[in-house]
Amino acid sequence: MISSIVLVKQVPDTANITGNVMQEDGTVNRAKLPAVLNHEDRVALELALQVKDQYGGAVAAVSMGPPRASDILRECLYMGADSAYLVTDRKFAGADTLATSYVLSEAIRKIGPFDLVFAGRQAIDGDTAQVGPQTAEKLGIPQITYVDAILGVKNRVLTARHRIDGGSEVVTCKLPALLTVLKDAAEPRPFKARRVMAFKGAKSLLELEKMAEGNSLLYIDKLVHEFQSRSMFIPTLTMDDLQLDPARCGVQGSPTKVYKVESVVLTSDGRQSVPPTKEGLGSLIDQLLADHILG
Amino acid sequence: MPNYFLDNADIQFHFSRLDLREIAAMQEENYTQAKEFPEAPVDYDDAMTNYRKVLEVVGDLAGNRIAPRAAGVDHDGATLADGKVSYAPGTQRNVRELGQAELMGLIFPHTYDGLNFPFTIYMMAVEVMARADASLMNIFGLQDIGDTIKKFGTEKQRRQYLPEFSAGVSTGAMALTEPDAGSDLQAVKLQAYQNGDGTWFLRGVKRFITNGNGELLLVLARSEPGTKDGRGLSLFVCRSGKTVKIRRIENKLGIHGSPTCELQFNDTPAELLGARKFGLIKYVFDLMYRARMGVSAQALGISQAAYDEAYRYAKDRVQFGKPIVSIPAVANMLIEMRVTLEANRSLFYSAAQCVDRKEKYEELAERLKSEGKPFAEEAAKAKQAARVANLLTPMTKYVLTESSNRISYDALQIHGGTGYMKEFRVERLARDARITNIYEGTSQLQIVAASGQVTNDILREYFDDKEAKNYRGGLVMLAERLKEMRHIFKTCLAYVMGKRDQSFVDVAAKDLVDLYSYLYVGYLVLDEAEEDARKVFIANRYILSALSQSRKCAESITNGVFSDLLHAEKILNVN
Repeated sequence: MISSIVLVKQVPDTANITGNVMQEDGTVNRAKLPAVLNHEDRVALELALQVKDQYGGAVAAVSMGPPRASDILRECLYMGADSAYLVTDRKFAGADTLATSYVLSEAIRKIGPFDLVFAGRQAIDGDTAQVGPQTAEKLGIPQITYVDAILGVKNRVLTARHRIDGGSEVVTCKLPALLTVLKDAAEPRPFKARRVMAFKGAKSLLELEKMAEGNSLLYIDKLVHEFQSRSMFIPTLTMDDLQLDPARCGVQGSPTKVYKVESVVLTSDGRQSVPPTKEGLGSLIDQLLADHILG
Repeated sequence: MPNYFLDNADIQFHFSRLDLREIAAMQEENYTQAKEFPEAPVDYDDAMTNYRKVLEVVGDLAGNRIAPRAAGVDHDGATLADGKVSYAPGTQRNVRELGQAELMGLIFPHTYDGLNFPFTIYMMAVEVMARADASLMNIFGLQDIGDTIKKFGTEKQRRQYLPEFSAGVSTGAMALTEPDAGSDLQAVKLQAYQNGDGTWFLRGVKRFITNGNGELLLVLARSEPGTKDGRGLSLFVCRSGKTVKIRRIENKLGIHGSPTCELQFNDTPAELLGARKFGLIKYVFDLMYRARMGVSAQALGISQAAYDEAYRYAKDRVQFGKPIVSIPAVANMLIEMRVTLEANRSLFYSAAQCVDRKEKYEELAERLKSEGKPFAEEAAKAKQAARVANLLTPMTKYVLTESSNRISYDALQIHGGTGYMKEFRVERLARDARITNIYEGTSQLQIVAASGQVTNDILREYFDDKEAKNYRGGLVMLAERLKEMRHIFKTCLAYVMGKRDQSFVDVAAKDLVDLYSYLYVGYLVLDEAEEDARKVFIANRYILSALSQSRKCAESITNGVFSDLLHAEKILNVN
């Protein structure tokens, strides 16, 4: 039996970029892009589900994000996750990887004992590939990054293959551990129809509060209770729930400052042919050095 | 990321105006099932949400996984080695994912791990799937086999077989055809016999069996030795295995992903399904409604795909300094295709809902009867729906499969020489379409099946009501055209019946069925035009074009062109 936690993130759907999404200043107008489950996170969930299929256990999906991230948590339930947690608080806004991994590691501790934490290699929006590794560090557990296959688990030792420069290597590590997963590690399974039908109405606390708008707190409690009893509640964890240090959350806890965003327009101006001789190549290298492209 | 359900505006239109209130309530036993099954809907809105959300899953699978593999499936095809059939690698992945997505038991009750969806929704899913890969319909669209077990099998058989289908671990085949029993199934010879303890065994050969490599086979066999007709045939269910030898698979023009098998049964143990002697006359005939609709869905999916290819190509292809879509003759072809496609879809979903009503009322009447409750009202509704379904299902199969051939033919034509090349999808579509008007009953047989209802003018009252209806604005003109068409139909029918010559009825049947379909579909698209401004264009083109076709039909019925059939021998027998 292996219990897994999968970190998932809602990201802009960059596969469907249309004309007016990119803004003049080079940033993305997120409101114009549909939000989707980050693809590598979906692959991470697939790997976790495969581990469950083979060894038994349970899979929990966890997302830190705004309230609407419950959309992707429902998708995780459709694929087969046993539970889903939304980690959300206004005070988390503007978090960089340091602050995010702090919150996530505390959320993981709160959710409970686990054998494996899975994460996608990186999210398509930030492209940092740092949250997984930093979370492992904060949890004090070993990590394998760039995993493209899990080869087995025996006596609480996991064997995995991961990508390195120019090839791959097979490594082992003791559980519990954290893995970050490459997109070609597995093909994510489709949604399961009966789970779609059963969990389409699963709701987070924030969504229930919205449903209960104008009603008493007592009514919200009743709703939560009702949804819990039908396994339709997406537990919601806030800064208070996790007893976090506000100084380490959100903008306050994020040393990363974006200095400048530049819109780089790639242009090509003409072609130059180089004779395939020693002299020709020599002069090309000289020029590349002079242009600071090499060296 | 194309989603073949969400990106199709016309399917969305039909989905939004579906009224399955009656059907869904019967299907979910007034929503009492939700207590036992978390996925069962609690009310009608919840049911519709389930249907929509699952169709979104179907559309996503079709558009993003299955369609990109279709060219590979066509190229690789199914293969036979050492008596074992292997699907093309793409088909194997498709089948695995359909199982994972829990879509292989769409119409089975919750208790057998199915989704308990109405037939209409299932048909929508088949259409969407066939647009991605027509050959996959012959696996995905064979859920009717399980449905036959559900309707006529014992509870033990249902428990034994249906969950296997739902889980996607087993696929099925319907083994009816034999070398000497194709269109004429009464001639089936495959022998069924019992040993001392009453176990049934099958011996003989079946040919052209779609997905004959499936794990569960429904086999039509002669259980009454010495008989010659349909009343000596019973239906059996058996498992594939050592005693079922796959002798060959056919090398076909299209649907390469679907293996067509020749099966030899060597004393294969089998179970009787339902009652003896009812195999053909009850169970296979019952299956035919759904099988015809399944192939119609396949044809419609191909038509949609072919239209999409043609339109995209016509917009991109520049000749004489402009995209060819701006050439009037090409634009006209595309409009004709688009209008046919949408008119076909209207007919299709009308027929599907009719079959749904028939099946649900039959089941309900059956249940009430078994519970000792009054059931006359439900039985009457079932009978009425069956009467209309007897017309609409063969008409739909005839119209949609012929259209699919014409649309894919024209789509290839619009591509010019390019379309003849394997690199372009339209080449495959034209080949795949070709089987649809042949199997599960040729177009000629569909005309025979429909013609009885047409010559009896069974929709007389329905059309009377439509004629009495007040249409608004510009639609009045179209309503007048439909009245004119009805007049043509009535005149032709009187002419044909007045001849008192069955062979003349037989040759005129095609034109009569055409006329009746123009009328029926004409009113469907006219009603749609009342709801949606875009549909006014569709109704206008459809009805005006149908009127000119109607006049042609009338001309060929009345001008004596068929009289030379008497001299067929002299015309044909020339060296």
